[in-house]
Amino acid sequence: MSLTAEPAADTKPMTGAEVVLRALKDQGVDVIFGYPGGAVLPIYDALFQQNSIRHILVRHEQAAVHAAEGYARSTGKVGVVLVTSGPGATNAVTGLVDALMDSIPVVCLTGQVPTHLIGNDAFQEADTTGITRPATKHNYLVKRSEDLARVMHDAFYVARSGRPGPVVVDLPKDILIKPAPYVEAPAVGVPHRSYRPVTQPDMARIQEAVRLLKRSERPVIYAGGGVINSGPEASRLLGEFVRLTGMPCTNTLMGLGAFPASDPLFLGMLGMHGTYQANLTMHGCDVMFNIGARFDDRITGRLDAFSPGSKKIHADIDPSSINKNVRVDVPIVGDAGAVLAAMIECWNSDPTPVAKDAQLAWWRQIDQWRKRDCLAYVQQGPIIKPQHAVKRLFEITQELGRETFISTEVGQHQMWAAQYFGFDKPNRWMTSGGLGTMGYGLPAAMGVQIAHPAALCIDIAGEASILMNIQEMGTLAQYRLPVKVFILNNEYMGMVRQWQELLHGSRYSESYSESLPDFVKLAEAFHARGLRAQTADQLDDVIREMIAHPGPVIADICVAKDENCYPMIPSGAAHNDMIMGPSEAKYAAAVTDEGKVLV
Amino acid sequence: MSDTRIRTATIAVLVENESGVLARVIGLFAGRGYNIDSLTVAPVDDEGRLSRITIVTSGTEMVIDQIKAQLDRLVPVHRVQDLTLEGPYLKRELALIKVVGQGDQRVEALRLADAFRARVVDATTESFVFEMTGNGEKIDAFCALMRPLGLKEVCRTGAVAIARGAVAL
Repeated sequence: MSLTAEPAADTKPMTGAEVVLRALKDQGVDVIFGYPGGAVLPIYDALFQQNSIRHILVRHEQAAVHAAEGYARSTGKVGVVLVTSGPGATNAVTGLVDALMDSIPVVCLTGQVPTHLIGNDAFQEADTTGITRPATKHNYLVKRSEDLARVMHDAFYVARSGRPGPVVVDLPKDILIKPAPYVEAPAVGVPHRSYRPVTQPDMARIQEAVRLLKRSERPVIYAGGGVINSGPEASRLLGEFVRLTGMPCTNTLMGLGAFPASDPLFLGMLGMHGTYQANLTMHGCDVMFNIGARFDDRITGRLDAFSPGSKKIHADIDPSSINKNVRVDVPIVGDAGAVLAAMIECWNSDPTPVAKDAQLAWWRQIDQWRKRDCLAYVQQGPIIKPQHAVKRLFEITQELGRETFISTEVGQHQMWAAQYFGFDKPNRWMTSGGLGTMGYGLPAAMGVQIAHPAALCIDIAGEASILMNIQEMGTLAQYRLPVKVFILNNEYMGMVRQWQELLHGSRYSESYSESLPDFVKLAEAFHARGLRAQTADQLDDVIREMIAHPGPVIADICVAKDENCYPMIPSGAAHNDMIMGPSEAKYAAAVTDEGKVLV
Repeated sequence: MSDTRIRTATIAVLVENESGVLARVIGLFAGRGYNIDSLTVAPVDDEGRLSRITIVTSGTEMVIDQIKAQLDRLVPVHRVQDLTLEGPYLKRELALIKVVGQGDQRVEALRLADAFRARVVDATTESFVFEMTGNGEKIDAFCALMRPLGLKEVCRTGAVAIARGAVAL
């Protein structure tokens, strides 16, 4: 099981580059996403001489990080990136911030100029640790060979522990070339010097939370990405808890799949483009149980009107997420899985009677809201509605029954994907929630496909977003990754256009996608299959052909150009101020300047 | 709605003495828009492995709770203590104060320095440098008195603070 390049430990000392690879291997890494350059040549040389770690050559460093994110989010493992110094590192920054905002465990190794040149403005030198300090959960600059192995292990521990996040290890070239001692990773259970996040909840708080929920007449469970980060067991426990209590459950964008979309207790996504029933349930509840979500502004809308009458229970592994935006009544610090297990145990043993009748009345109210059928749309005539395209994609993948993973870019298509594609399992949905990074979806799907070679990986994209990392079509070709790019092409940066229509008097400033490429020919240029659906009757055939083709595909779905994404809580409005459709769009014009300030 | 009253907090932070740790703390304050009224830092153990940072900051109760939580989740941070909340504590600051003058002004400066227990650490025929230790208000008061007497330059360390009694951070 040793690296082929690894010399016998007692004959020749390992180089720093070999120590790096050995540490990766000992951390269970089998694939890394990267791009070579001068400062990391020693690592690439060591990679060449071994077989246990696979390297995926991306076409841009930003894509390496998104691919690692897709890999991490679909497997629960740490994603690993290798880039060179200077521009290699700065190109990775967007990906790092994306992983930071969405709590994705990533270790990014960056090359650096040799230690004696640091600070000299050497060729391809950048202050990588300085630049990435606010872009990462933590970062390291290795200045002494004897620190190298320890720092590598530390980086993995920090990336995956507590609230996960990206970690940068900056590696000067001389450290990679010189011999370096190897030390094993600390044994499990050995406490870290300073970073020891709390994972087990305080039982007194759990009991307080359970009693509040049992007495509640109008409860809601609001679950976020923390449940998914905690691992599949946490999602199973969430399902168990929701069914045990019979309470309505809504998921955030990052939490989709944590609770099955097909379950009758599910209200759909909440927030700015959430469902009518989810948002009104949040607004009208008397007790809210937030598990692994962070009261993001896309969820709360106007803060002083957010769920005004409720007691709030907030369980989060990151104490700084609690009481940050919204004052809560019962704070619980702990891992989502551990919290849910404790809640279930306490629910079963606590004698407090459940306010059953009131909760039944609450469900009747919720069912009234559901009858509004807020996601209804009319597909008539030849023009394809984007909602219909996503819905058919979902239905056809359901029909085929293949393991399916969806990634998205950012914009209207992302929201339609969240609304119309149902996720019954965690780790099947990769999207850039916090940072909102256009160009995320294609490389993320690439990372997912590497981790799940037999699965169906689809990037639901917009024609504008996809161009932000389109170069990765080359990576798909090189590694024969059968990723499907499903473009909802409305020839507009749709979400920008929607806001301009609703808030800026339909002055479509620079939001038209002028001079688009022919996506079919573009696919062909990248050795992929190109398909196009221009009318509704072509849609199903294109979807089926896209899925059936064994290689990568770009499907250019020409959709209605003026469709907006509803329901929508305009910026600065409250949950009960939703715009349900075009006929109510005029209300958006009443958004105050204070609201317009918000993004 | 939440409490909007602003309070001052003196926070002690025990950190790993590694490169970049101060930048991390200061970057956190700058990036999230928190105030720093003063900040001091120095290694505090024999091996130079740990440093102690004393930060005086101000904000609403919710903001100060955030500051503490944000500090605590930094990887090289060992412990965070809000001295303002956790019982009585001592807070001291050192100042070097240069006063230039002649005649009666000079005599008066020296007399006041004596009353404030400021030590003369340098003197010429036309100047004094006073060294003074105390809480910030005392130093403020002394500087205000020196202003008409020829105050030329002030150098202050910012506060260091420690809890009273046997319990340690």
